[in-house]
Amino acid sequence: MLENIDLTLVNWSRAQFALTAMFHWLFVPLTLGLGFIVAFMESIYVRTGDLEWKRITKFWMKLFGINFAIGVATGIILEFEFGTNWSNYSWFVGDIFGAPLAIEGIMAFFLESTFIAVMFFGWGKVSKKFHLVATWLTAIGANLSALWILVANAWMQNPVGMKFNPETARNEMVNFWDVFLSETAVNKFLHTTTSGYVLASIFVVGISSWFLLKKRHILFAKRSIVIASVFGIISSAMLIGTGDGSAREIARNQPMKFAAMESLMEGQTQAPLIAVGLFGKAPDDPLNKDSESDFLVKIEIPNMLSYMAFLKVDAFVPGIKDLVLGNEVRNIMSYKEKIRRGYEAQQTLKAFKESKNSDPEEYARLKAKFNDKEWVDNYFRYFGYGNYYDPDPEQLELNAFKIVPPISMSFYAFHIMVGLGMHFLLLFVVLLWLTARNKIEDKKVVLYTALWTIPLAYVASQAGWIVAEVGRQPWVIQDLMPTMSAVSKIDSTSVMITFWLFTITFVGLAIAEVKIMTKQIKNGPKEGGDK
Amino acid sequence: MFGELSHLALQQYWWVIVSLLGALLVFLMFVQGGQTLIYTIGKTDLQRTMLVNTLGRKWEFTFTTLVTFGGAFFASFPLFYSTSFGGAYWVWIIILFAFVLQAVSYEFRTRPNNFFGAKTFETFLFINGLIGTIFIGTAVATFFTGSAFSVNDMNQSQWELTTHGLEAAFNLHNLSLGLAVFFLARVLGLLYFINSVQHEEIEKRARKHLLYNGIPFVVFFLTFLIWLLLRDGFAVNPQTQEVFMEPYKYFHNLIAMPVVLIMLVIGVIAVLFGLIASILTNKCTRGIWSAGGGTVLTVLSLLMLAGFNNTAFYPSTYDLQSSLTIQNSSSSHFTLTAMSYVSLLVPFVLAYIVYVWRAINNKPIDEDEMSSDDLHVY
Ligand code: HDD
Ligand code: HEM
Ligand code: HEM
Repeated sequence: MLENIDLTLVNWSRAQFALTAMFHWLFVPLTLGLGFIVAFMESIYVRTGDLEWKRITKFWMKLFGINFAIGVATGIILEFEFGTNWSNYSWFVGDIFGAPLAIEGIMAFFLESTFIAVMFFGWGKVSKKFHLVATWLTAIGANLSALWILVANAWMQNPVGMKFNPETARNEMVNFWDVFLSETAVNKFLHTTTSGYVLASIFVVGISSWFLLKKRHILFAKRSIVIASVFGIISSAMLIGTGDGSAREIARNQPMKFAAMESLMEGQTQAPLIAVGLFGKAPDDPLNKDSESDFLVKIEIPNMLSYMAFLKVDAFVPGIKDLVLGNEVRNIMSYKEKIRRGYEAQQTLKAFKESKNSDPEEYARLKAKFNDKEWVDNYFRYFGYGNYYDPDPEQLELNAFKIVPPISMSFYAFHIMVGLGMHFLLLFVVLLWLTARNKIEDKKVVLYTALWTIPLAYVASQAGWIVAEVGRQPWVIQDLMPTMSAVSKIDSTSVMITFWLFTITFVGLAIAEVKIMTKQIKNGPKEGGDK
Repeated sequence: MFGELSHLALQQYWWVIVSLLGALLVFLMFVQGGQTLIYTIGKTDLQRTMLVNTLGRKWEFTFTTLVTFGGAFFASFPLFYSTSFGGAYWVWIIILFAFVLQAVSYEFRTRPNNFFGAKTFETFLFINGLIGTIFIGTAVATFFTGSAFSVNDMNQSQWELTTHGLEAAFNLHNLSLGLAVFFLARVLGLLYFINSVQHEEIEKRARKHLLYNGIPFVVFFLTFLIWLLLRDGFAVNPQTQEVFMEPYKYFHNLIAMPVVLIMLVIGVIAVLFGLIASILTNKCTRGIWSAGGGTVLTVLSLLMLAGFNNTAFYPSTYDLQSSLTIQNSSSSHFTLTAMSYVSLLVPFVLAYIVYVWRAINNKPIDEDEMSSDDLHVY
């Protein structure tokens, strides 16, 4: 089965999607958070009438605009790519997946793009109040944009609310609310948007600290720090809470991702959490039943992993090997068995299609299987595993080990994200405390730290997506569709060419964006004028 | 409410919505048309800045309509999305790049230290106006002329030509629509300038160029339309769902659906009226509304011809039976129902767009505004 797959095509397509999604995600989180920060600032301006607050608002709003444009430019790429590069996927799940994208356009993008016009061109043309409302609506619109796409992504991680229709050979939605309100979707939305708020808060305190270091625009900088660090503290608390919620949900719904995040080879009760770890030889390749995680350094918190996953210190956390090889004591089915069952489901679908014109009785019998809950829960559920089938048992076992995500990448990405999350919270607290006591100006170390934390916020944010997306490999739709069968049937050269076209475009755009941003920042609030 | 409708009724409802979004998109492509005329109409830096700014207040609408059109098409007819986007790869990628470049150009063009210089961003705007319109027109024309793809019994599709969509641009009938859309966008762009900018020279030049762009538009559009009415079309047998070629299919559709015929006639007249009135009298500044409304009606009726009355809207010339109809390519009853509820928001969306449009455009752009400090100027 696996031999028929054009892996070059799959890999170029993945590389292209990773490139474009990660590039989009460089700009989105700032939009999500800065929208609200600007809205807070303008609200204070409208309430107090203090022109200094208007200046502050307009400065951050300008940065918002520059960032927004490139966020929009990169978002449309992803939407197109679902069709151009993942067309089989678009069909297999389009019935569920398309809806959020359409709703997003109708509900969110129009809201955002309409009111952003008022926000930028409306000063003096519309009343102060209406302008403020427009600013708030822009921020809300941006966050609604995030909502729907995240619902779609959550569904890929944890497909619920649907039923497979063998006639059309796709999954069809049967319950909208199950899709919309699944625990994965709720956690994902809250965690991702709050991560945007944290990133934007870091952005604002970092730049303000730079002004303080340069001894320019002192009042402006201090006020900005107060707003952003209060927002940052609240958001960080929510971020950590929802991140913890995500981890718990993953432990149940995507146990393999969870094991990879912690590089847990053998399952354990009272499993410790590795707080800091550095691999000697990374355990990724080729993975087999003798593989072990080899750490050069590690600091563990006893029992913490069991507690984090199941809220019980003596809970059993399955390791990678338990999941692949199965564990009878713990009642875990092996991947070999899942592959066999998935293969049977796939063969059933094939036979169903073949009997369509020849054998109406067989056709009806096979169709009934897809309506039989027990068969669906025990066989169809593993549909995607069938792609790894091989009649040779030895090869089958080797294939089973291919259904494991890249371990070291998941591990590092997860630990970098969590570590930085703690750092951000601490930084906000220190900044707020110092500003409140009016001591901030001469604390150079703190100010430099704040400035240099800006890139770290981006690192944490990208790391989060690596955990989420790389950690779910090789699935596009968990357990149902592997990445390799999601791709469009085009030649890999075309995808390779577009990959490089995107790379060149992005490098150009990124340089322009950074140059414009830094220039605007250096110009500062007043001198920046409106040009 | 929607849940009780038949699957077919929902499919038709969504075909109308998708067509409406497509029609609005073509109207809003006055932004793209205007972008190709910045140097023709604006002779000084200040004039060009005025033109860029007046378009700059509207580009987001066009862009968002494109995005929503794509999303709605994906959601309601996913098999079209996967077949066309995955197969005609290069056409869509080229359209995509044209729009990616546009999205940053307004914001970056006059910013200090922008690395590429204003000229480059103006070139991006020009490219977007040229490629975006011609390729979208060409792609839509394949709804009538067909493409070479096949769909297997698992509904997985495959393109049968290695040119991956580029072949569409070498079909003259497709091209006639592509060019018609291009010149239409320019006509609309000129009408929009006349409506939204207060500047004598700009207005005079715009009126002059209306003629130069109006004539090729009419020629290309009529070529496309007459050819369409004369050609064989992709008909579907409603009993067996079998696809077959029917002579004069689109002409028959027009006769069979008098409402569409009336929309088409009114649409074409309204476009011509807006165009001609603005050429003949200097007082007419509202040509954009007549021509724009006419554009919406015309495009809407063309898309009705493609999808309704037992017609395959995305036909395959390689394997007739692979052709897509609104019935065999749509989402499930449940999904269409759920989305239909969401579609009830559309009137609200339109209402606030109109409100904001008027709040921002109530005073035409003039030279003073460009030098004002308190406004965001591109
Ligand atoms: C500023 C960025 C940032 C920070 C500091 C954190 N996160 Fe995060 N995290 C994200 C930004 C992010 C993200 C980019 O928003 C992700 C990517 C996908 C998603 O749902 O959110 C994410 C994903 C993500 C996932 C995977 C979700 C999935 O696979 O569906 C987990 C388990 C966590 N996070 C857990 C945490 C924990 C326990 C944190 C403790 C401090 C934490 N994150 C801090
Ligand atoms: C991978 C799938 C994604 C697709 C297909 C996608 C699609 C798009 C599109 C088409 C736009 C432009 C909208 C416009 O015309 O205004 C856009 C912008 C945006 N997207 Fe995405 N997006 C994706 C991922 C995300 C994620 C994960 C988030 C947030 C969590 C997000 C949040 C936003 C926001 C807030 C905007 C507004 C512009 C900006 O942020 O700068 N997107 N996206
Ligand atoms: C904007 C934030 C996002 C980032 C940074 C991101 C990152 C990534 C990365 C790194 C990969 C490649 C994984 C690999 O090949 O090992 C990937 C793949 C993919 N992601 Fe995301 N992702 C984001 C959001 C989303 C969303 C919101 C969706 C869907 C709604 C999505 C759908 C996909 C798909 C379909 C693939 C391709 C298949 C695959 O390789 O798994 N992504 N993404």
